[in-house]
Amino acid sequence: MWDYSEKVMDHYRNPRNVGKIDDADAVGVAGSLTCGDQLKIYLKIKDGIVTDAKFQTFGCGSAVASSSILTEMIIGKPIDEVRKITNKDIADELGGLPPEKMHCSVMGYEALEDALKGYIDKDELDEAMDELHGKPEHQDKIVCTCFGVTENQIWEALKINGLKTVEEVTNYTKAGGACGKCKGLIQDIIDTYYHKEKKEEEEKSTLSPAQKILKINSIIEKQISPELQKDGGDITLTDIDGDKVYVRLRGRCSGCKNSNLTIKSFVETTLREAIDKNIEVIEVN
Amino acid sequence: MADKLIYLDNNATTRVDDNVYEAMLPYFKEEYANPSSMYKFATKASNALKDAREQVRAFFNAKSEKEIIFTSCGSESANTAIRGVLNMNPGKKHIITTKVEHPCVLNLYQTLEKQGYKVDYIGVNSIGELDLEQLNDAINEDTALVSVMYANNETGVINPIEKISEIIKSKNPNTKFFVDAVQVAGKIPIDVQALGVDLLGISGHKFHAPKGVGALYVNSKTIITPLIIGGHQERGKRAGTENVPYIVGLGKACDIAHDFLKYEATEVKRLRDKLETGILKNIYNARLNTGLANRVPNTTNIGFEYIEGELILLHLSDLGICASSGSACTSGSLEPSHVLRAMNVPFTAIHGSIRFSLSKYTTDADIDYVNSVLPGVIEKIRNLSPYQEELAELKRRKSL
Repeated sequence: MWDYSEKVMDHYRNPRNVGKIDDADAVGVAGSLTCGDQLKIYLKIKDGIVTDAKFQTFGCGSAVASSSILTEMIIGKPIDEVRKITNKDIADELGGLPPEKMHCSVMGYEALEDALKGYIDKDELDEAMDELHGKPEHQDKIVCTCFGVTENQIWEALKINGLKTVEEVTNYTKAGGACGKCKGLIQDIIDTYYHKEKKEEEEKSTLSPAQKILKINSIIEKQISPELQKDGGDITLTDIDGDKVYVRLRGRCSGCKNSNLTIKSFVETTLREAIDKNIEVIEVN
Repeated sequence: MADKLIYLDNNATTRVDDNVYEAMLPYFKEEYANPSSMYKFATKASNALKDAREQVRAFFNAKSEKEIIFTSCGSESANTAIRGVLNMNPGKKHIITTKVEHPCVLNLYQTLEKQGYKVDYIGVNSIGELDLEQLNDAINEDTALVSVMYANNETGVINPIEKISEIIKSKNPNTKFFVDAVQVAGKIPIDVQALGVDLLGISGHKFHAPKGVGALYVNSKTIITPLIIGGHQERGKRAGTENVPYIVGLGKACDIAHDFLKYEATEVKRLRDKLETGILKNIYNARLNTGLANRVPNTTNIGFEYIEGELILLHLSDLGICASSGSACTSGSLEPSHVLRAMNVPFTAIHGSIRFSLSKYTTDADIDYVNSVLPGVIEKIRNLSPYQEELAELKRRKSL
């Protein structure tokens, strides 16, 4: 038996908003008969607000529950809010899904995305989606031919759910769940994804010396100083030499017997997190 | 939810027979001696083991009780048979089996493939019958083992074991023949001599013995290596102190099952047919996946088109009805049943296929109840389906 939450059971036993809207303003489909699950979602939209939603689902208990709760989540909501709903939101709203069933929530998200894609200008949507999820343009090729899962979908699943392994990707997107031939490709995508994240991290530490000074100064002024001011103290930057940052504590901080703690556990930690883990903060009198 | 329990999943496991349970009890607390011990206290345990071995021999119609090895389950019986035969014939690297075997056998063959064995998987037709011509063509000089299940666990379709045996012996008399008989024990008679098989395995809990005990028949002309190495038990073919109470239970279950074979063939079959007819008559999107194939009397596998199996099971469970499904969603894997796929069951029905398996405990009232509530469950789920037009077309055609 699956460990379904009470909410999942309630929704597959008594699904809400079942059916078809004949004069729907937007219709979205995800999945297929071959895959073993399919969802069709119908939306009525007026003045930028989803006024009604209905669904038809061929699928298991969690697929029906995901579809049903999704309609409840979007009715009465403005379109731009609806666009922000992810598969994770659907699963969370259901009180969680077993890992092997996460792809059901992904199906809900995909059907919704499909419906809204048809609703407004495509370019505008792509732009909006890119901004939202930061996905590159080039990833529309199909990775898993058995279930028709694209690189984009895998990329999105990695991003939204923080997936790390091929097995997790299969649980969430079904990709690799049948013949398994694409498992290598999925691993490549995971590697690329995390490499990209790593690169962003590396960029942090490849700031030019001038950029670094500007950034340290801005963090001290905007984040650290206001905190110290709350306690009647303050801080100023006196010099930077490589990774060494020289500061002077002022006001009540100056001469405070806890000043070393302030420097190490607050100032230094904040700068290390934001800029470079090698930063050392030194107090000058 | 429901207080009722209508258990129609007897191919998964069965209730232990009261008489089996009673027969086992003395061997837990009173006659707990190790049957290998020398003192008088061990006599009863030792005799119980002998009696049980004779009961299983009679159940199989084996020539000698020396041909019976007690194991812990069907999987162990299969593993012992397959690995045991292959280890004794290290020069031969070819195995033949079917595409529809139980996972305990299929997964073992996949492991053996990685170790250098060549395995041919014989297909089935659209109603689950084995392609005997393909089997015949696959046997060659290098074939160490042919392994075919007696009846399929999902569909109940019976393979013509005697005929397969003849084919094997005529093509290569040195090839050994193992039969996984887990799904026929207690349902149809087993006669290893008439069948002409070399090895045959069963599992107790599929016919009212408890889980944790099985048996393997190995004929006197077949030598195998043990899977579990250790003591001298089971004539050196299976080490480990004998599980006396469970073996006693298995022996008793064999005796009882033998007496119930006629009941299975008549009453259980009548109830199965009543359920099947009721479903096919009252539910327009139902199809019998096995058509006219010869089946064990207790099993029916029905595909409900354009709806999904797990959801059917969940709703049935709310009504106290236990059945099982070959749908991808139930198993946790994403692939629907390998058996139904090998049969090319259409995608419209494969995900909505449900197996009902009865036992001697199934009553008319059970079947009447299922037949009265199932159409409502199916209708409720049909109403969710995005394939309303296809369903309407099915209904129209069915009513013609």
